[in-house]
Formats: sequence, structure tokens, C-alpha cells
Amino acid sequence: MSSPLSRRKLITTGLATAAGVSGLGVAVVLAQRYGLIPPDHGGIFGVGETLTYAAQRILMSRHSLAREFNRSEISKVAPVNGKPPETELYRRHLAGGFADWRLTVDGLVARPSTFSLADLQRFPPRSQITHQACEEGWSFIAEWIGVPLSSVLNFVGVSAQARYVVYFSFDEFWDSIDMPDAWHPQTFLAYGMNGRDLPTGHGAPVRMKVARQLGYKSVKYLARITVTDTMKNIGDGQGSPAPAAGYSWYAGI
Amino acid sequence: MAESAYLPAGTIQNSEVLDAPRHSGLVRVTHWIHTLSFIALVLSGIAILLAHPRLYWGETGAVGTPSLIDLPFPFVLELQIRGPGRYLHFLSAWVCVLTGLLYVLSGLFTRHFRKNLVPSKRDLGWESIRQVVSNHVHLKRPTEVESRSYNVLQRLTYLAVVFLLFPLIIITGLAMSPAITSVFPTIVTVFGGQQSARTIHFFVAVALVLFLLVHIAMVCLAGFKNRMRAMITGHNAAGKEPS
Repeated sequence: MSSPLSRRKLITTGLATAAGVSGLGVAVVLAQRYGLIPPDHGGIFGVGETLTYAAQRILMSRHSLAREFNRSEISKVAPVNGKPPETELYRRHLAGGFADWRLTVDGLVARPSTFSLADLQRFPPRSQITHQACEEGWSFIAEWIGVPLSSVLNFVGVSAQARYVVYFSFDEFWDSIDMPDAWHPQTFLAYGMNGRDLPTGHGAPVRMKVARQLGYKSVKYLARITVTDTMKNIGDGQGSPAPAAGYSWYAGI
Repeated sequence: MAESAYLPAGTIQNSEVLDAPRHSGLVRVTHWIHTLSFIALVLSGIAILLAHPRLYWGETGAVGTPSLIDLPFPFVLELQIRGPGRYLHFLSAWVCVLTGLLYVLSGLFTRHFRKNLVPSKRDLGWESIRQVVSNHVHLKRPTEVESRSYNVLQRLTYLAVVFLLFPLIIITGLAMSPAITSVFPTIVTVFGGQQSARTIHFFVAVALVLFLLVHIAMVCLAGFKNRMRAMITGHNAAGKEPS
């Protein structure tokens, strides 16, 4: 190895490395600034999750609508996964026809509120005929009737600092979505399905319906919604219990 | 760069040419990264599939609706393989796609495909194809000179894998994404629905695994040591070390 060549090589390699590292640093800062890093970004698998989430949020429209279908395409079979919550409170609500059920909406909002089922039904109702696709591989098409989450968010007044909407079920399930999906017109608090009240197995009285993500984001048996600017203090900080088991927080996939 | 390695049979005159790398550095590096990510994709794909080893046609499908094929595997829901499988699947998909993109772009840029993979008109003639098939049927080992360039069956197979099967498995994978199909609905409607895309994704994966098995069998038949040496060091002839 001749020394001038190796020195030149050393300088070039050094400069390239420095450029690469600072480029990566700038990319990380920008990604954080524009909300392109998902809560489950940690670890080796977090690299893939971050690439997927950032690529979709950069390259794709935040307003694109999930595919909608004709009434004739509604599936005759709509399988149910899991059982209704076995808590005493839920059983009492179920027995009482959800007359005393309330949905709490709090966090970074101007007017923390609680809503009865009748309160939610007083918002202008909307419906969508969309897929419900389970990560296991099966799927069905149903009509979902409810109030867009955006209507409720507008009612309570969301702070400009808000970054996530977190929603909790009566059982151990909870999940969260970012603001683009929270404001999305097909993100519903669904209280009806195929022209009837939401069946117990499908999450009565109200479930979240996130049309652009896989089924597990559409948490059933809602009890509380909270708006936050960070997932750090909620659960293990990964935005949902799903990532700890290997399921992406961002399930637009 | 080393793309100049594939010379028409008969033009090799001296040992200096024989020393030229068999595969370029980029081809070798992307080949092995691809190998690892493909194996990870297959294993994690199996873990995901076993949650629901039934295939459907159309938009929807579930237990209680008619299936296209019931694969002879149990429904594996309790075993905790699917979750880690999913994370691994999507990470290795990124590695596989980005490496593949680098390989395809560099192959177009350096004319690797045009020079080494696109068969000549003469190679596509019946007599030439018959000869190659006959060599395969009789398990005839390629001569040193023959092994320096791809025969017509290899060329067509590699082209089909790179430009047909991989694009198809990527698109059918994306066609199962409700977010991506909200922007590009055509990528799922063209296959007849989300469950059709899942079914095609499965069969293309099977085709790629069959390709891998035949590929390994051929490497063994053609001389495992030499072929591995060529894809690791870039050099063909035994005893020659990379300079």
C-alpha cells in the first residue's frame, strides 16, 4: 500500500463516514420533528417499524380513504375474536342495556367530557362499508355506523400539542393512533353494525373502527379515550400492549 | 468493476482472463444479504400463515365461509411464534426490497442484465434449448468454459425470479395493507381482492422456495466448492485467491 493513496482513502472514508453519521443525525431530528417515529421504534425490529411508518406518512396522503364496498358485498359471516370483558362493571352495563355506560374523553383537551350512548348518537351519524381484516389472515366486510372520532375531538377541543389518541377497553386491551388517523374521516366510534346495534361480540356498546389499519387497532368495549403528546408514561411506552408481543403499533402495514 | 467477467464461450485465451472475478462485488454482497432476508421471510411467513392455514379467493374469507384450499396444517394460535414472526417479516421485507432495489438499479446501470442474463436470439432457438435441457437431464457437469456464462435456462429462470416473482410477491404483500390500498386500490383489485392477493402471495412464495431448492441442487451438481467460492470471493478457479 502506497502512503499517499492510503491517506487519500483514509480522508475520503473519514469524510464519507462523517457525512453519513451527520446525515443520519439530521434525518433522526427531522423525523422526530415531523412525527415520523412510531412509539415502538426501539430495538432491531423498531428499524423496520420506523421505516414503514415514516415511509407511509411521507409518501402517502394522510387523507386517503380505505376502500368502501357495496351493500351487496357485506359478508354473511362476521367472526368474533375473543370474549366480552369478564369484569363486574361490564357485565352490569351489558345487563342494563348500557343505560349507565359513559365514555370518558380527557387528556390534552379544552373540555374533558363524558358521553352516554345517547350523547354519541346525537352527533350526525355516519356509515362506512369497509373491511375488517384480522392479522391472523381472515377478513370480512361490514357496514359500520357511528360518529367520526373527529366530531368528538372537535367537541372537546384538542390541544395543538396533541400527538396521540389513546383508547381503553373494559378489558385489558388498549391502543393508540396518531393524529392523522385520529382526524381521519373513516375513524369511527362505531355503535352500529349492518343496520343494528353493535353486537356484544363485536364490542358493544361502542368500539373504535380504524379503517386504514388491521383489525386489532379497532379496540372493542370502549371505556375511556385520552389525548396525549407522549406515550412514555402509558403502559410500556410502545403505544399499545401489541408491540411487546411482536405486533406493529402502526398496523396500516 | 467486474461485470466484464462473462465472456462468450471460446474467447478465453489466457489465464489472466480466467482470474477475472466471476461475480461483481455488488452482486455477491446483495446475493448473501438477500439469502438471509429471504430465509427470514420464509420462516416468519410460515409462522404468520399457521395462524390461519386456509386460502380464499376474492375480497373476504373466514372460518365459516368457503375456502379455496385448506392447507394440511393445524391452526397455530396459542404458540407465541406469530408476533415475533410478524416483526421479523416486515423488517426482513425492508432489507430484501432495499437490497433488491440496489441490485436491480446497479444491474440496469452496469448493463449486467443485458450482458449476462438476457438470452441471445440464437440461445432461444429450439436446438440450443434442447441441448441445454438434454445436458440437465443427463446431469452433465458444465465445463470450466461453459460455467463462465449462464446457459439459456439459467438466464430465463433468473430473469423470471428477478422481474416476475419478486415484483409479484412485493405487490401482493402490499395489496394486503389497508393503508397502502387506500392510496393505490388498483394493486388489490387487479388480483380480485385482498384474500386473492394473500393466496397469490402464498403461491409465489412457494415458487420462490422451489427456485431456491433447485438453485442449491444445481450448485451442488455443478461443483459446490467452486460455485460457493465464486459467489463468496468472486473467483472461480480452484487454488486462486482473490487479489
